[in-house]
Order: sequence, then C-alpha cells, then structure tokens
Amino acid sequence: MTAPNHRWRKFKNAVVQTLTFACAILVISPLLLVFYHLVKLGFSSVNLAFFTQLPRPVGEAGGGMANAIVGTFILLGQAALFGVPVGVLGGVFLSEYGSSRLNWWIRFAADVLNGVPSITWGIVVWTLLVVPMHSFSALAGGVVLGMMMIPLVMRTTEEVLQLVPGGYREAALALGIAQWRTIAQIVVRTALKGIITGVLLALARVAGETAPLLFTALGNLGWAHKLNEPIAAMPLQIFIYAISPYDDWHRQAWAGAFVLLVLVLAVNIGVRFLTRDRFGERI
Amino acid sequence: MALVIFALVALIVRELTQGSQLALHKFGWRFLVSSDWDPVNEKFGALPFIFGTLVSSAIALVIAVPISIATAVYLTELAPLWVRQPLIMFIELLAAVPSVILGLWGLFVMVPWLHDHLVPALRSTLGFLPLFQGPNYGPCMLAAGVIVAIMIIPIITSVSREILRSVPGLQREAAYALGATRWEVTRIAVLSYAKKGLFGAVILGLGRALGETMAVTMVIGNSAQIAASLFAPGATLASVIANEFNEATGNLYPSALFELGLVLLGVTVVVNIFAQLLLKTFAGPAVKPQQ
Repeated sequence: MTAPNHRWRKFKNAVVQTLTFACAILVISPLLLVFYHLVKLGFSSVNLAFFTQLPRPVGEAGGGMANAIVGTFILLGQAALFGVPVGVLGGVFLSEYGSSRLNWWIRFAADVLNGVPSITWGIVVWTLLVVPMHSFSALAGGVVLGMMMIPLVMRTTEEVLQLVPGGYREAALALGIAQWRTIAQIVVRTALKGIITGVLLALARVAGETAPLLFTALGNLGWAHKLNEPIAAMPLQIFIYAISPYDDWHRQAWAGAFVLLVLVLAVNIGVRFLTRDRFGERI
Repeated sequence: MALVIFALVALIVRELTQGSQLALHKFGWRFLVSSDWDPVNEKFGALPFIFGTLVSSAIALVIAVPISIATAVYLTELAPLWVRQPLIMFIELLAAVPSVILGLWGLFVMVPWLHDHLVPALRSTLGFLPLFQGPNYGPCMLAAGVIVAIMIIPIITSVSREILRSVPGLQREAAYALGATRWEVTRIAVLSYAKKGLFGAVILGLGRALGETMAVTMVIGNSAQIAASLFAPGATLASVIANEFNEATGNLYPSALFELGLVLLGVTVVVNIFAQLLLKTFAGPAVKPQQ
C-alpha cells in the first residue's frame, strides 16, 4: 500500500462519515420543523376556551374543541376495551402456547394486518356497522380503532413475554404450579410493564388515526350523547378545519394539532423513560 | 384469541369483495385499465388512481431510500455512541407523528415552500424533462411524494438499523483485521452481507407509502388525471376513497370505491407479504414488528 492510496481511503472514509451524518440530521429536521410551526402557529390559540368550549360557527372567533377532545378519549376507551383483551391474550398464546407452525402463520398474518392501509379498515367497518345501524356512530369509530390495535398489541405483548427468562417458567412448573397460573402470575406479571408500554404505544398510534374515522365516527360539531351517534375526534376536527377556507378554522386546526402532538409525543417519551432499564431497548 | 387475526383477515377480504360486487360485474378487468372517472355518468376506471399511487410512492422511495439507509449506517456503524440514542429517539418520535398533523404542516408550510422555491429551481435546472414542466399549482404529486417520504423514512431507517445490528461482529472484525477503514468495513463486510434484509426494509416502506392516506389527501390536489408533470395535481387509491366515499350516492359509485379499496388492499398485502418474507428469511423472528 502506498501512502497516497492510504490518504485517499482516509478521505473517502471522512466523506462518507459527513454525508451520513448530514442524512441523519435531514431525517430529524421535519420533526423539528413541524414542532416549530405548531408552536408558532398553534400555541397562541391554545387557551382555556379551547379545552372547554364547543366549536363556534364560521365567522365567530374563539370557541374550542372540547367535544373533540372528549370524543377522542371516548373512542380510545372503546378501542382499548375491544382491542386490548384480544391483543394481550393473543400475544400470550403466541408466546406461551401453540405449535410453531400455527404461530408462524398467526405472526405473519398479524404483520401483514399491520400493513393494511387505515382507510381500508374504515370502509370495512362502515359496511359492518354503519350500514346495518343506519348511522355513523361512536361505536363504529371505537370498533375500527380497536381492530387496528389488535395486531399491534399482540405482537408487542409476545415480544416482551419472550424476554422473560425461561428459567422463571421452569422454576414455577417445577414447584407443581399449573401452567395457566405460571403464565398469569409469573410470566405476565414479570412482563406487565412491557405489556402496558405496548398498549400505551398502540393507543397513542390510533389516537392520531383519521382515515378510519371518516366513515365511522364521522365527526360532530356538538356533543355526542350516545354511542350510536356520530362523535367528534381531534384528528377528524383538525382535518375538517385544515381543508376549510376559513382563517379562524385554520388557527383552530393548528391549535388542535399542537395539543394532539403533545399528547402523542408525551406518551411516547413517557413510556421510554419509564421502561428504559428493562425493556426500553426492545420496544 | 390469537385466531381472531385470521378472522380479521377474512372479514376485510369478505367485506371488500362483497362491497365491490356490483362494480366487479359491471366493469370486469376494464376497471383496472380505464382512465375515465366520471361519477355523474357512472363511468369508473381505476387507472388515474393506480398511476397516482405508483408515482407518489416512487417519488417517496427515490427520496427516502438513500437517506434512510445512510442514516441507518450512520447510526449503527459510524456515529459516536453518545449521539446514537438521542437520534434514535427523535426518529422514533417522527414515526409517531399522526398523519393528519404532517398533512396540516404539508398543506400550510411545505406546499407554499415547494411552490415558491423548489419547483422554480427544479424547472430552471431540470426543465428539459417532461417530469419538471407544466404549470405550478401548489398541491401536487411532488408534494405528496415528499410528504410520504417523510412518513416512511423512520420506518425504513429503524428496520434497516435492526438489520445492520444483526450482522455478526466477526464480519466486521475480519475486515478491520485486513486494515480496512470504517467505511470500507461497512461497505464490504456489513452492507453486502445485509443487502437482502435492507431490500426487505425498503419494500416494507413501499407498503406503507402505497396506503398512506390523510397527509396525501391534503397535499396532492385531488384530481383524477394522468399527467406527465410532477407539478400537476393527482389522486391516489387511498385519497380518492377518503375524499369521495361519504359523498358517493347510488349503488355503483360506492361499489367502484370499494373496488378501489380492494385493489389497494391487494397491492399492499402482496407488497407486505414480500417484505415480511425477505425480512424473516434474513433475520429469523429476531427483527421486531414495525408499528
């Protein structure tokens, strides 16, 4: 090896270092830009009225998104009710029971379901619930979000259960404890923090979904009193405001987006710090 | 409970095929190749939307693939340890930003910027290509491509990172022992070893790009046309469903939209299956599922 060749190689190495570093900065810049604009354009409209009042008609300034904020939490509550038990139990099955061939297929199907476009879920639940009930409804919105949570929760639950050392199971079984009790009281309890993390992340993910709600929850400018009525949700409201031609509504959209993003990011950052020591790296 | 997964798959397929029965019978295979989309006269063809979906995804991949893989390489091979964790966290947070928020930002911040700066620049430098000619509307195919790129970059980056991390350390040590520089180690020992897995990561990103709905709907301009120019508005399979489904009257119109949904489902499922197979054969079940 001659010296100039060596220098050329060192130079190439430095070029690649710099280029890839620039790419990494480029990748995170949209996040910083989005956050910057949300603070700049949205923060000033976030006030008490935003959290306590209903939307005002076009032309009247002020008003808020109280109904959409409550609506989002109602939808998430339903989604958790439908999605979490199925997802967690499914994950337990994948990790603890079943044959490896069947589980391969279940895992495979779950991963493919995770890739199904959210709009598709929306029209499926529209035919399933909205058409027979003759009305858009909060229930349909909750069901669609719950369905989307199932494969997500199932896979993360399985992941954290796999992290529980096999010795725990063997020790419990060796003491003569039945398998179901071993799983419920030893395995699941050990991994509980990780399972909750997975559920929270799945909730944060569906909290921002808009497309599946367009044909199910529909949106509502007032309060929804029953689950068979259309209900407002923050992402829907942001979308409706954003594509409207009114400046007042645009301001509300920015404010709504700011609040929604803070909520979603808070959950994401929060669970990271809570679970960093044991499961942080895996999830 | 795990079997519910199969029930969900069956449910999606059944509802979509039933919903699109009418359009399937009426148009047959012509649906896929006809470019008429005229709800008033009940003429429906999927071609403009298939075209829009493919073009916006292609733009997104052209932007996202080099950037994501370079970032993944930086994060696993080149970066000092103390910058890795914060960068990874930022990238994962970007993945968590809801689509509608990126759409809002795209509509009010990115589209005007593209209109005022990027489009004139592209026109004056690459204007001899038909891709970069034509009037500058604002919302357009290019904007959709860029916003989708922003959405799939975190996915491709984190899957690629997992893939690169699973490359055995011995591979690297062998190359170092021969006197290779860091980049040479990466190129010879890591990238060529991980090629297949990285391809899987890209295909997974493609699957997401094809089905992306809200952000695209907000910046693409929503017009059922096939234009050579990237500055012209367009529409994708997902965006037309989002836009027109609630307004679709009669029997045939919703049925045609269902058929678009079926096409979309078919394409994304095939792409996803392909990606999963690539990833699974590369790394076994060790690669975590992507959210």
